[in-house]
Amino acid sequence: MLGDHASFIVAAYAGSAVVLLGLVLWIAVDGRLLRRSLDEMEARGVRRRSDSRGGRP
Amino acid sequence: MAIMDYANPTRFLGLAGRVLPWLAALTAAVLLVALWLAFQAPADYQQGETVKIMYIHVPFAWLAMAGYTALAVSALGILVWRHPLADVAHKAMAPIGAVFAFLCLLTGSLWGRPMWGTYWVWDARLTSMLVLLLLYLGLLALRSAIEDAGQAGRAAAVLTLVGFVNVPIVKFSVDWWNTLHQPASVFRMGGPTIDPSLLWPLLLSAVGFTLLMVTLHLAAMRNEILRRRLRALEARAAAEAAFA
Repeated sequence: MLGDHASFIVAAYAGSAVVLLGLVLWIAVDGRLLRRSLDEMEARGVRRRSDSRGGRP
Repeated sequence: MAIMDYANPTRFLGLAGRVLPWLAALTAAVLLVALWLAFQAPADYQQGETVKIMYIHVPFAWLAMAGYTALAVSALGILVWRHPLADVAHKAMAPIGAVFAFLCLLTGSLWGRPMWGTYWVWDARLTSMLVLLLLYLGLLALRSAIEDAGQAGRAAAVLTLVGFVNVPIVKFSVDWWNTLHQPASVFRMGGPTIDPSLLWPLLLSAVGFTLLMVTLHLAAMRNEILRRRLRALEARAAAEAAFA
């Protein structure tokens, strides 16, 4: 189906998929960890000054 | 509400939270259709099925240059307007652009081997694209080498603007020098030279990967704002503990 050079086509698509999925996962996990850390800080009573004054989060 | 109002980090977080799920879904849908069309498109009369690599290689190349252009605009925002969101946008785009530049080189290399008989040649297009990747990596290294965030942002902005000279070199290298890489066949005077049966899947693929880059950039910007808030809270907690 992909001809004599199928291995190059498959390698290009598979390699790109792996790298892009890695980037998506890295950004998603980073965001999740940051939110968790911020929630922990809030649970300990540490808030931004704007929150202490009743401002928006 | 004016568009500039979203340049406020808190408003930006609200906007990103609302837009990102829709943008991610649209990205996935467009990419799926584009890749399906790419694999339905006919083989090239000279390159055969290896032309399938074009549907990812060319968007990666365009977006590596577009990402660096976005960095240059953000660099102006850092140096001229000193806007904090410009620094956030700059820092968030650098690793994403680096990935697209790397993928451009990787897929180009895998396309070059069966077509040119070599994975790599030091011609102007390939070398200038490698320089673009090195510039991205240099920006990442520079930011991590300077402890003061403001100073790191300004230094990275200066390096970005100096390195921006490489973007037109990448684009026009195939016209200015005799290269093994083929000349421009889509964005050129006189219109595209690619048959519409191959051009439309390519353009849709470019739209899909552009949406992916925008989605990832928005998500990375949101992360960067949260990271700065976390650092500020940690500093506040440490200061309160010291005075307690």
